[in-house]
Amino acid sequence: MPNQLLFAIEVTINGLMAGVMYSLVALGFVLIFKASGIFNYAQGVMALFAALTLVGIQNGQVPFSHLINAVFGTDIHHFGWHVPAFLAILLAAGVMVLFAIIVERYILKHLVNQEPIILFMATIGLAYFMEGFGDLMWGSEIKKLDVGLPQGGSLWLEAKSKVLGGDGFYGFYIDKLDIWATFFAAVLVISLVLFSQYTKTGRALRAVADDHQAALSVGISLRAIWVIVWSIAGFVALVAGIMWGAKSGVQFSLSLIALKALPVLMLGGFTSIPGAIVGGLIIGVGEKLFEFLIGAPFLGGATENWFAYMLALVFLVFRPQGLFGDKIIERV
Amino acid sequence: MSLDDSYTTPDGRTIGGVLMEMKNITLRFGGVTAIEDISFDIREGEIRAIIGPNGAGKSSMLNVINGFYHPQDGEIWYKGERRQAMKPHAIARQGIARTFQNIALFNGMSTLDNIMTGRLTHMKSNMILQAIWKGPAEREETVNREKVEEVIDFLEIQSIRKTPVGRLPYGLQKRVELARALAAEPSLLLLDEPMAGMNVEEKEDMSRFILDVNDEFGTTIALIEHDMGVVMDISDRVVVMDYGKKIGDGTPAEVRANQEVIDAYLGVSHD
Repeated sequence: MPNQLLFAIEVTINGLMAGVMYSLVALGFVLIFKASGIFNYAQGVMALFAALTLVGIQNGQVPFSHLINAVFGTDIHHFGWHVPAFLAILLAAGVMVLFAIIVERYILKHLVNQEPIILFMATIGLAYFMEGFGDLMWGSEIKKLDVGLPQGGSLWLEAKSKVLGGDGFYGFYIDKLDIWATFFAAVLVISLVLFSQYTKTGRALRAVADDHQAALSVGISLRAIWVIVWSIAGFVALVAGIMWGAKSGVQFSLSLIALKALPVLMLGGFTSIPGAIVGGLIIGVGEKLFEFLIGAPFLGGATENWFAYMLALVFLVFRPQGLFGDKIIERV
Repeated sequence: MSLDDSYTTPDGRTIGGVLMEMKNITLRFGGVTAIEDISFDIREGEIRAIIGPNGAGKSSMLNVINGFYHPQDGEIWYKGERRQAMKPHAIARQGIARTFQNIALFNGMSTLDNIMTGRLTHMKSNMILQAIWKGPAEREETVNREKVEEVIDFLEIQSIRKTPVGRLPYGLQKRVELARALAAEPSLLLLDEPMAGMNVEEKEDMSRFILDVNDEFGTTIALIEHDMGVVMDISDRVVVMDYGKKIGDGTPAEVRANQEVIDAYLGVSHD
């Protein structure tokens, strides 16, 4: 096989893996949007907050230590223990459930039947609050997240694929972390789909997504469902936070990955779980291949920064509901 | 006829004591009074119709019964106890199921799944067990699935079991909605214009189903309907509303003879 083609294949594979990461973030948006019609601007910050909490718990960091030290003049930072990764993930998931309950109790409950734009504004407020709260609780320095996932290129794959090409081709470079991220994302999505298709709560979730009034009339409590939805979205945020955090460290710019999820959603449709996945993959592969084939050789590079948004714009013109979104039909 | 006595209808059904009693219900939206000081009761096992011209407040009344609206004044007595203001989903759990005037089905879901949601009030297993689909959760799915299949057979919708309801024709959607309400095995079934927009044949089918439900399961039914012929044929007693007030209450024959009702429907000449 010619080397150029092999390089393109390598870029595509890496694009798919990057796409999985985008999909993970977009998934959290879709879950909440489907169930309650709320575009949750805070999804990115939730991923950040979940990752911060995980690292904090793992390292035995004292929450609000800066505040405590400033007020009481003490000098405490750590409890002095280390929590095993698995337990820490469970605890962080618990914190996200608690967060869902608080959001429902203090925000959503009071905004029932309000316009979508009002709810959207509320989530913007929530996003900024959480960013500040996360800072106050765990500190603002960049943290290393290590839950024991392998990192670095897969040497085995590199050695095995080397034979495909000729001189100058050294095998596919694929990050082991990306492979794991793909694996976990697949497990997450499959279990979400199974849960929503074959369980009573899953049916209730889909029912609420379809029609609030009818859902109430068959005895579904909207408040309970919202807590469940936000908990699941929080859990998805935790998974996304772990993957992104392991890749690039837990830092506050992590909340900006929400911006990358926007074009994914426009492509896939705001109401479709498969849409979020396919959209993420298309954007991932698209921006990497575009950079490789056109961006770097002809446009001077750095096209990855804007390619996704441009693609989304094109989609908005020709297919505003996205690839898998509900058709926008107005009855006359 | 005294309120607490049960009696037998000419066609051999037993009508029991009072299941639900509305006492002096008043419902206002801002300055508009949708329901004004209305009292009536619904007895166990009967088919009770609420009729009236457009805008008479019939749907509002149904919404009060199932908790979408909370009246400003009046008392609601259900199964011998005064009911406090509660959320619709809590009322559904007390055994009150309903259908809607403009069908409110879960369009993305299959007929079977739609009807299964009607069983939610009968399913108790917790989320963790559901997630692993083991033990009580698995048994519960099976038991409730059987119930749902009974309802599907009863309403003769076997062939559309797996079809997403959004794709079904109107008449069948109405039937699926009835099936979902029936699956809850309600003590009181509320039907908001079950035959609106149907052709004659579909109306006949629906009338037959309503009568069969009442006959075979003894379900108490309160319904709103515009088609006078149908209402007079199938109901035991009729409440007539006009401009938010009750203007008549009694058997179809009594209501038909009521001058106020005739005026409301045909208009009064002012000479």
